Amino acid sequence: MNADDDVRRYPGFGLFSAIFFAYLYLPIAVVVFYSFNANRIVSNWGGFSLHWYATALSNANLMTAVKTSLLVAAVATVASTLVALMAALVLVRGRDVRFRRISEAVVNLPLLLPEIVVAVAVLILFSEIGLANGMVKLMIAHTTFCIPFAFLPIRARLQGMDLDLEEAARDLYATGWVAFRCVTLPLILPGVFAGAMLAFVISMDDFITSNLLNSGGATTLPVYIFSLIKQGVSPQLNAISTLIMIVSVVLATVAFLLQRRQ
Amino acid sequence: MKAPTKTPDWNVLGLLPAHLIMLLTLIIPIGIIIVVSFSTRGPYGGFEYVFTTAPYKQLLFNEGWTGELEFNPQYLIVVARTLVLSAVTTSICLLLSFPVAYFIALQRPAIKVLLIYLVTLPFWVSMIVRVYSWIIILGKDGVVEKTLRGLGLVDNMDSLLFGNTAMLLGLVYSYIPLMILPIFASIEKLDPALIEASHDLYGNRLTTLRRVILPLTRPGMIAGAILVFVPSLGAVLEPTLLGGGKTMMMGNLIQLQFGGARNWPLGAAIAIVLMAAVMVFLIFQGLRSMRTEGLERAA
Repeated sequence: MNADDDVRRYPGFGLFSAIFFAYLYLPIAVVVFYSFNANRIVSNWGGFSLHWYATALSNANLMTAVKTSLLVAAVATVASTLVALMAALVLVRGRDVRFRRISEAVVNLPLLLPEIVVAVAVLILFSEIGLANGMVKLMIAHTTFCIPFAFLPIRARLQGMDLDLEEAARDLYATGWVAFRCVTLPLILPGVFAGAMLAFVISMDDFITSNLLNSGGATTLPVYIFSLIKQGVSPQLNAISTLIMIVSVVLATVAFLLQRRQ
Repeated sequence: MKAPTKTPDWNVLGLLPAHLIMLLTLIIPIGIIIVVSFSTRGPYGGFEYVFTTAPYKQLLFNEGWTGELEFNPQYLIVVARTLVLSAVTTSICLLLSFPVAYFIALQRPAIKVLLIYLVTLPFWVSMIVRVYSWIIILGKDGVVEKTLRGLGLVDNMDSLLFGNTAMLLGLVYSYIPLMILPIFASIEKLDPALIEASHDLYGNRLTTLRRVILPLTRPGMIAGAILVFVPSLGAVLEPTLLGGGKTMMMGNLIQLQFGGARNWPLGAAIAIVLMAAVMVFLIFQGLRSMRTEGLERAA
């Protein structure tokens, strides 16, 4: 059949999509392109150079910010994934769960609020209870808003799982814990992993909350980048951005392949 | 035999950590935000528990030396700008997303997977980096200005950066993947037989689009509108970096009150207004999708 005769197709949608993908990726390409610029002024091309990557990698403040971000994200990822897994098991599998819909809305509460409101809420909370440690503040706040991001992929995986397998294990006299550890957990592991990965990326990427809480020497990577942007566009900033993008793309690709392999 | 009184309630135990965290870090603090918005500003920032409606009055009025109130729309303009920019962002995202989502949905499975991966990829790339890229593009001597000058279209142009247009561009760019994905999902679910049936009944492509495809993909559009509109309302990075200091949205106005301006009660009051706007929108959309579901069930 000729493509023109396919009534489902609409002329122009293909071209439109091509332009759209160009729009989606051009800004990213511009950042990467100018990161190799030898010239100090970003948009004046002065020849190819890796100089700014060397500068970025030997920037001590940047490395401190990366360490802070990694530590906060690691704690927030483990904590939020565990909490989300427990909640998902009850909300998908539990029998006679009372107030199931409201319970689920509470678990997803950070998604229903603009992030600046979440940020203000934790800021006021920490000031009221007098918590001063910047790292602890960030870990608690990040755990809170990462929970729904860890929860949703786990829930999706649990909903798609065959109940018979777990019942078969129970029929073979496996205790609840053994059935969970040997049957349920391995089956939902891709969902758990995807949830953890999403939580990690959301935490690493967070600006609004980390910026508002920024004190006590806990500056995360996005907050540090923000301070650089405030000082003006620079090729070093482009090099840092490119490095971050490479890590993000690798993570995204791993997560994507994991979710595909069902 | 089970002794029901002795077994721990797994349902309650499993949900306890998640609910406790949300209660302690969000639900109770939001209560405190409400209290703060009715409190007096502290001498060195922060607040004091002395009841006043001053923060809300401050949203609309300037207080003169003798206590007389003079209408001042500065904050109202910020609220209005936030609502308008978010609505326009959502509309543009809807218009751009539908053809793209539809095109992707018609591809072979392998290409479909690849294109969806390409749509989600920018979402994983640091938000601040994506907003920063627009500074390079729109800024003085930026990519757009150089291109236009190179083509001889303009000699000397005002910087495109810092203003409503730059913010709008940044907002659309940031949130459009969140619109494409739900629309794509609802187009995928669409039964192709319905489109063929429409053509068999002499409906042309336009009629089919208007009477069959668009109504049936509405749930996806509503979901996408929520996913784009809500974060746009609370946007902080786009107005801070692309709006410049003067054209603010509610998000960076709140941030300013809790940061440099040190007026927590006013910041809390604006946060309450923002939360109210989000809630009204979510309830409105919830009712709309319930009606759509009701119609589908009735049909």
